[in-house]
Amino acid sequence: MARFRKTIPGVDAKALINDAGKLMPDPARRSFLRGVASLGALTMLTGCDIVNEDSAEDALRYVSRFNDRVQAFLFNPNKLAPTYTEADITRPFPFNAYYDLDEAPVVDPATYKLEISGLADNKKPWTLSELHALPEVSQITRHVCVEGWSAIGSWQGAVLSDFLKRIGADTRAQYVHFKCAEGYTETIDMPTALHPQTQMSFKFDNKILPRAYGFPMKIRIPTKLGFKQPKYVVAMEVTNVNRGGYWSNQGYNWFSGL
Amino acid sequence: MTAETMHADYAASAKTIHPVWVRVCHWINALAILVMIGSGWQVYDASPLFGFTFPRAITIGDWLGGALLWHFAAMWILVINGLVYVTLGIVTGRFRRKLFPVGPRAVVADIKAALTFKLSHDDLSHYNAVQKVLYLGIILTGVVIVASGLSIWKPVQFQELTAFFGGYDTARYVHFAAMAAIVTFLVVHVSLALIVPKSLRAMITGK
Repeated sequence: MARFRKTIPGVDAKALINDAGKLMPDPARRSFLRGVASLGALTMLTGCDIVNEDSAEDALRYVSRFNDRVQAFLFNPNKLAPTYTEADITRPFPFNAYYDLDEAPVVDPATYKLEISGLADNKKPWTLSELHALPEVSQITRHVCVEGWSAIGSWQGAVLSDFLKRIGADTRAQYVHFKCAEGYTETIDMPTALHPQTQMSFKFDNKILPRAYGFPMKIRIPTKLGFKQPKYVVAMEVTNVNRGGYWSNQGYNWFSGL
Repeated sequence: MTAETMHADYAASAKTIHPVWVRVCHWINALAILVMIGSGWQVYDASPLFGFTFPRAITIGDWLGGALLWHFAAMWILVINGLVYVTLGIVTGRFRRKLFPVGPRAVVADIKAALTFKLSHDDLSHYNAVQKVLYLGIILTGVVIVASGLSIWKPVQFQELTAFFGGYDTARYVHFAAMAAIVTFLVVHVSLALIVPKSLRAMITGK
């Protein structure tokens, strides 16, 4: 634990695993923003609730959508995330999810198939051995969590933009949507999907992706926050519909670019 | 306009301590910075840098997702209002008149006077050396907190800025330190405004 604290400021390994659950909105609340709109400290200062909850919720959602557009504008498709050396890799690299590690999905490699759907010419499902046969690239980049901590990891796999071309995807479509073994979902914008560092990762630190990091496939996106990068991916859809994602549906900013 | 009314106008403006743009910017900034601090504390609690967290009763946003929505909404108000304030401060010459010159000798003398309760507040239109240093310092801290915040928000797109702050992890500490400096300033600033109520009145009515 002490080592963890040293390598990642402010991260307690044990707390990290449990934290994600605590960070979830109170299930008793009707919507994620319930209570969010009451200004807490400011209400205490002024002695009255100065903000109407519903209109504040609407305003915050509106600004978050505006921030999506600002970030899409700021996103430079040719700007690469900084890369690091082997020595910089955070060990052990943290596991983080809204469930405990022993609840993480177990995917059977023998029966696994990556389903392809939407705006692609070739929708043939991909077996794991077919995916592993794709040309491999490697990156050592910084993973930044929405919680604030960061860790440097090493991922190997196929360039997503190459794969999209291989399946004849319409790259003029706006989004790529992912479904995961445990029901997690995520939708990313096409410019990010086509970024040269966006990777279908099959390995972490040159070893087959362990269960903790998303076996058999994680989408590694060094230009986005961690929750935008689905693990245990079982389906990919090229689409013009923004299907949202597990966390952004609950209030995290959808674009969440770095 | 007659010479007489011009003279009256001049007399009125001479008595005005804070022009209306200063007062408007001040109170918009006050609201924005309170939301930024309160929501920032909730964000900090998701991954604390030090061995403490901020009690939920004094944070804004209820949980990390809500706090981030507030933080990334109030940032626009803080930054746009801040740019208007700094631009007008420079263009109108107010910064030059009010905040300069400020020399180390005057600062030391005024700190001594302040600590022995001999620092005069008779003329609110004139800042003493301690005030000049604090107001210049807080404007500079404002620049640091916005720049370090940008470097945490966009460590890929603005990676040169992030590198300037010593990398992503270090930039978080810089952002926190700037917050701590602002909170410390606020404690002193608000206390003094309450001790010298006419200074608070001047920031509301202008006189």
